[in-house]
Amino acid sequence: MNAFAREPARADVIIVGGGFMGAATAFFLRTHGLSVILLERDLIGQAASGTNFGNVRRQGRYLPQLPLANRSRDIWGRLPELIGEDAEFLPGGHIRVTTRAEDGARLEQYARDCKPWGLDLTMMTGDQARAMFPMVGPDIHTVSYSPHDGHANPRLAAPAFGRAARRAGAQVVEQTEVTSIMKDSVDFIIETKDGGRYHAPLLQISSGAWGRSMAASFGEDVPMAPQGPQMGVTEPLPYRIQPVIGSASSVTEEGVYLRQVKRGNIVFGGGRRSSADLVTKRARLDPMNTLRQMPHLARLVPAMARLRVIRTWSGVEGYVQDSLPIMGPSDRVSGLFYAFGFCGHGFQLGPGVGATMAELIATGQTDIPLEPFHVGRFQRNMEHRDAP
Amino acid sequence: MAEPVIVVGAGPAGTRAAQRLLQAGLRPVVIDENERQGGQIYRRQPENFIRPAEKLYGTEAARARALHADFESLRPHIDYRPGTTVWGVADEGLLSVRGSAITVQPFSAIIIASGATDRIMPLPGWTTPGVYSLGASQIALKAQACAIGGTPVFMGTGPLLYLVAWQYLRAGVTPAAVLDTSSLATRLRGLRGMMSRARVVVNGVRYMADLMRAGVKLHAGITPQRIEGREDGVTGVLWQDSRGRLRRTACDAVGTGYGLRAETQLADLLKCDFMFDRRFTQWRPQVDLDGRTSRQDVYLAGDGVLLRGADAAEAAGRLAACALLQDRTLPVATDEIEGLRGVIATMDRFAGGLAGAFPWPAHLAAALPDETVVCRCENVTAGDIRHAATALDSPEINRAKALMRPGMGRCQGRMCGLAAAEILAAARGVPVEQVGRIRTAAPLKPLPLDCRITP
Ligand SMILES: Cc1cc2nc3c(=O)[nH]c(=O)nc-3n(C[C@H](O)[C@H](O)[C@H](O)COP(=O)(O)OP(=O)(O)OC[C@H]3O[C@@H](n4cnc5c(N)ncnc54)[C@H](O)[C@@H]3O)c2cc1C
Repeated sequence: MNAFAREPARADVIIVGGGFMGAATAFFLRTHGLSVILLERDLIGQAASGTNFGNVRRQGRYLPQLPLANRSRDIWGRLPELIGEDAEFLPGGHIRVTTRAEDGARLEQYARDCKPWGLDLTMMTGDQARAMFPMVGPDIHTVSYSPHDGHANPRLAAPAFGRAARRAGAQVVEQTEVTSIMKDSVDFIIETKDGGRYHAPLLQISSGAWGRSMAASFGEDVPMAPQGPQMGVTEPLPYRIQPVIGSASSVTEEGVYLRQVKRGNIVFGGGRRSSADLVTKRARLDPMNTLRQMPHLARLVPAMARLRVIRTWSGVEGYVQDSLPIMGPSDRVSGLFYAFGFCGHGFQLGPGVGATMAELIATGQTDIPLEPFHVGRFQRNMEHRDAP
Repeated sequence: MAEPVIVVGAGPAGTRAAQRLLQAGLRPVVIDENERQGGQIYRRQPENFIRPAEKLYGTEAARARALHADFESLRPHIDYRPGTTVWGVADEGLLSVRGSAITVQPFSAIIIASGATDRIMPLPGWTTPGVYSLGASQIALKAQACAIGGTPVFMGTGPLLYLVAWQYLRAGVTPAAVLDTSSLATRLRGLRGMMSRARVVVNGVRYMADLMRAGVKLHAGITPQRIEGREDGVTGVLWQDSRGRLRRTACDAVGTGYGLRAETQLADLLKCDFMFDRRFTQWRPQVDLDGRTSRQDVYLAGDGVLLRGADAAEAAGRLAACALLQDRTLPVATDEIEGLRGVIATMDRFAGGLAGAFPWPAHLAAALPDETVVCRCENVTAGDIRHAATALDSPEINRAKALMRPGMGRCQGRMCGLAAAEILAAARGVPVEQVGRIRTAAPLKPLPLDCRITP
């Protein structure tokens, strides 16, 4: 759209990057009545947002992130009324399980600490958990149960927000890569690979793992690097496993997780991550990692040992040094906002980030605490240190 | 080079490649999914079966015998791993599985000779029990001496249609009919290219004559309508004859296929460059005359890259091995290379003629009723794919897959992928190459979760 027009296209807000964050922000900006152009290099939700595990999990998160996650969880439950479809959101609960006493103690501590943040968890022994979820393996001895978490279909969620945004009047421009972002005295000037020009006084950068160089071009570099979590899926079998089951082990390779979709397949992931490439836009799936995941999956749910894996994949995700996203206003440029680098936990946050960023951009404020995610938090260290 | 060359596939191409490498003093690892060497056309029956080669392979008995015998003489000198499926590629090597035992095999080069499977065109009723691919119909007969039914219909297009029908006839099963979507006029047009191998054409004509003599009706230019059946199996086929009349043929099984599709997934996992081959209307790895791919340590031979049949596959296997030897500056006579290229050029003209004579009826995919199941693993209908194309605005097949699941199941689109792409392309009004091809992911075949690496 407008790619070859002489006159640049303009809107109140331009969003660069149509992952979950960009698509949801576009949608909610329309509810504030602002005009929006969303520019996406490929197709909406094709990168991390479309390849992730699909966990809609709050427990285990960094505590100050819980207000945002709670807001997001609330929106997840209202998707049909908001965007006309549910993206297969199944609030079947989420259990974090451990096989080690020391990990169990961590879970107990977290369950106490998260209460004031509005998250209620139920602690269970292995036997109590097995009475409720008979598929859980005999090695499991402490379980933290979050009854209102769950999972959804990542391939559907962001595209659904993209379509809803378009229906609500946003200009959603796909297969259009942003090549340059500048600012004159009033406007951001965005140029795309196909020669398009777009102007707006407000700009959100939500280009996921590709956000670093864009922020850096405004002098706001952050220590972030791309990586690929390792995913896989089994053949289908009758739907029995309601909750998402995740290991809370402190040993990386043991940290696997799984969920069963209604169709019957068990989706899994976790353990070691592999490299990802911002230029080829591909994250590597190392099949050796799949082999490493297998025994740990069978420890969580022994019956899985009899299944077959039918597909594996990965996706490009931006991991920031302190494992927290870059979210909120720029430190240096007025009218500029960031929402990128969600460190492997942004799927659950997607709707909440969209609502919060739209509120922030449209009204200049939000009740959701964003201070911990501020882009400037690394400034004092960055002069001397490279990214991880 | 310390690590071995791996040959994947022990059909005509793989066998000849291994043989040529051995002649040059290399000791290849040969990995093959089947329990016994021979590939599809020269598939061997289990050890304790005693039907003679003439019965199994007909006119090709001598070639089959030679290929089997040559392989037996290679066996003591190569590292042969039957019943083993290659499923992935890691930095550490090629990953294969037998039962639940995983092997990680480092390699210095790979020759992929993974053959082809039937190209399937979905049809209302095609998931009814009793519907088989032509290849499966043939495997049942060759490997197990079983027929898919007492009165099967063979429907689709391509030379395999007549060969399988004829093999069934010879085995004592009279087909109810052979229904070919290609018209006589189309076939005549392809004949010119096919005359480069008159012997094969004569054989084909003989199959048809034998079938007709036995009272089997051969219909050309038909349009399949539906496969009829009950819970427990097929009862008949509804089709339109070349003049548009609706007809029904009663039968208890259907063998179907529309030419072949190359098994290219391993080359894709190895990140070889692909191209759209207009002749065969499918994507395939890019290769030079001798089988070199875009990756310097990967070679391709046989139907796994270019659908030129068994005789060409033997030559191509040998030629790929020669290319590899040449690339290692080992001596290979130019005469040998020229000779093999010459053989293949003839086969290639023939294959082009065949592709013209028995074209992939893409228009049938475009015309499938919405409720027809296309992806049988995931129960995705033609209407679902059209929904992905239009309402969900999917410009290419991987997007359609992400949103509506065609090609997402156990077979990863190996059966339905080509037809799904046609449906998507037709719904978008673009040429089929524009909607791309389903990306390959490991494992290439379903992998048991209780598998373990064995040294
Ligand atoms: C394999 C995997 C598993 C995960 N599992 C979970 C999970 O279970 N739960 C969870 O909560 N989170 C999970 N995550 C994290 C989650 O997927 C991400 O945090 C989230 O999707 C990030 O959304 P995003 O919009 O920021 O990024 P993305 O979805 O990556 O979107 C960024 C978009 O920006 C576009 N873009 C980039 N550069 C340009 C440019 N120059 N011009 C135009 N557009 C551009 C890209 O094409 C892309 O579409 C996982 C991530 C991965 C990869």
